[in-house]
Amino acid sequence: MAIVCAQGLGKTYRVADKQPGLAGTLRHFVNRRERAIEAVRDVSFSIEPGEFVGFLGANGAGKTTTLKMLTGLIHPTSGTVEVAGCQPQRRQADFLGQITLVMGQKQQLIWDLPPLDSLRVNAAVYGIPPEESRRRIAELAEMLELGDELRRPVRKLSLGQRMKAELLAALLHRPAVLFLDEPTLGLDVNAQARVRSFLADYNRRFGATVLLTSHYMADITALCPRVLLIHEGRLFYDGGLETLTQRLAPCREVRLELHAPMGADAFASYGEVESIEGREVRLLIPRERLTEQVGRLLADHAVVDLSISDPPIEDIIGRLFHQGALA
Amino acid sequence: MGRYLSTLRIFWIASLTAELEYKANFVIELVATAGNLVGSIFVLSLFYGRGQSLGGWSWEGALVVLGVYTLLEGVTSTLLQPNLSTIVAHVRTGSLDFVLLKPIDSQFWLSARTFSPWGLPGIALGAGLIGYAAWRAGASPAPLTLLAAALMLVASLLILYSLWFVLAASSIWFVKIWNATEVLRSVLVAGRFPVSAFPAGLRAFFTFVVPVAFLTTVPAEAILGRASGPWLLAGGAVAAGSLVVSRWFWQFALRFYTSASS
Repeated sequence: MAIVCAQGLGKTYRVADKQPGLAGTLRHFVNRRERAIEAVRDVSFSIEPGEFVGFLGANGAGKTTTLKMLTGLIHPTSGTVEVAGCQPQRRQADFLGQITLVMGQKQQLIWDLPPLDSLRVNAAVYGIPPEESRRRIAELAEMLELGDELRRPVRKLSLGQRMKAELLAALLHRPAVLFLDEPTLGLDVNAQARVRSFLADYNRRFGATVLLTSHYMADITALCPRVLLIHEGRLFYDGGLETLTQRLAPCREVRLELHAPMGADAFASYGEVESIEGREVRLLIPRERLTEQVGRLLADHAVVDLSISDPPIEDIIGRLFHQGALA
Repeated sequence: MGRYLSTLRIFWIASLTAELEYKANFVIELVATAGNLVGSIFVLSLFYGRGQSLGGWSWEGALVVLGVYTLLEGVTSTLLQPNLSTIVAHVRTGSLDFVLLKPIDSQFWLSARTFSPWGLPGIALGAGLIGYAAWRAGASPAPLTLLAAALMLVASLLILYSLWFVLAASSIWFVKIWNATEVLRSVLVAGRFPVSAFPAGLRAFFTFVVPVAFLTTVPAEAILGRASGPWLLAGGAVAAGSLVVSRWFWQFALRFYTSASS
């Protein structure tokens, strides 16, 4: 039984179509025109209990919109969604008690009070008895390596400490499904690593299902065996991280050092010539013909050195994020 | 229900802890409220200076109205202002998402989350003035009068709350709504005087459009034991109606938030 299930999910926003400047504003005031923007279209996937899934996509690809539909904050325009056996948009107490949403750029802790006071509020709201809530706070605080920080006003905590306290507040009711939107945003490398190991630990210990978005590929590669890649509102890929690399980068890069410089024509038959600089040649060769072509290269030319590399996943997806285009 | 009460207790303890960091505020607020009250009594006394009266109300009766107004002001500073002003901030920063994700009524959370003790001097002074003026006016503390007075005070609070909440909730469309609630606050200043003191046109406005009459005049009548059945019924009906409208309006506003937020 899947715990998260989306079927043909779509969301269309209506936005005002307005020219900049005063004239544009006046024209818009008289003749209001709206444009429909399809933020998400026909997205289907399902997640089994206990899975740790990465959710990738460039800015504006539709990640946050999808997360908001999964948590019931916005209503889908089309399709159906079911999380923990409930329809999120109905926002029943039963459903809300089973999920949590952590947003890296928003916070729920009370700014002027120590996190413990916010935790007390959350315990009351979720109906957790004081004894039980004390036990859970102690357990989570230990996992998060939080101690005295819980007694200091939130405004005096560092960003990393605050994020850990946010996680504690979001997990106090022990949700079965975690939606994490950029939980490591802005953290330094050490703090990122600590949050990462906590999430892995939490997922193991409580069997919680996690859907994580992050711009830090290290988060994804360390935590998520499976990824969903969303591009321009559509689900572009759903599967293992390994296969994604192969699919996004069907070629491998072969670097040659030749005995003497040669022209580009000499290499056109082996694969795509990326560059030739003096005696250094870089070629892109499709994976399935790699062995054969490398064999030919070695036989045909006087090769001093040869190396084969896979472009790192960070680069592939980073390029995708920045260019916003898929090959 | 039990969960809501225990949540309310935690809410208020948390906000009291935060506010009590600033103890001097309490003294300042007490002095400010008392000063305000003395000023209002002085203005009122000018009307009664030469044996005149205000809209047929005796000096003591008018003082009861002023007492109810001061009490309402106190409740406003204690609960309405601190809670409902944060709705705007929640919408602007997007932290409304966190409220909506809690398994508790979002209107309850937004309306009762904070408790600011700075309005308490106003509540105490208002109640004191009501008691003193009602005694001087010779109002009898019969159980039925007290019951009617209590009901009308509650009704008046509910009306004020609903008006305020609806205005604050409209920040979902117009994020910068705070000015509108300031306008509301200044219109409510009219509640310092019995509604019959105003010209007929304004009187109708304060009864039917912005129900200022039900905020102070009707409760004062009830306290003085002069309230007629129809007015009591009307007060109750307007209060129940406003509350229902505020709940409906919130659900309506949320539909927009949840279908258009980013």
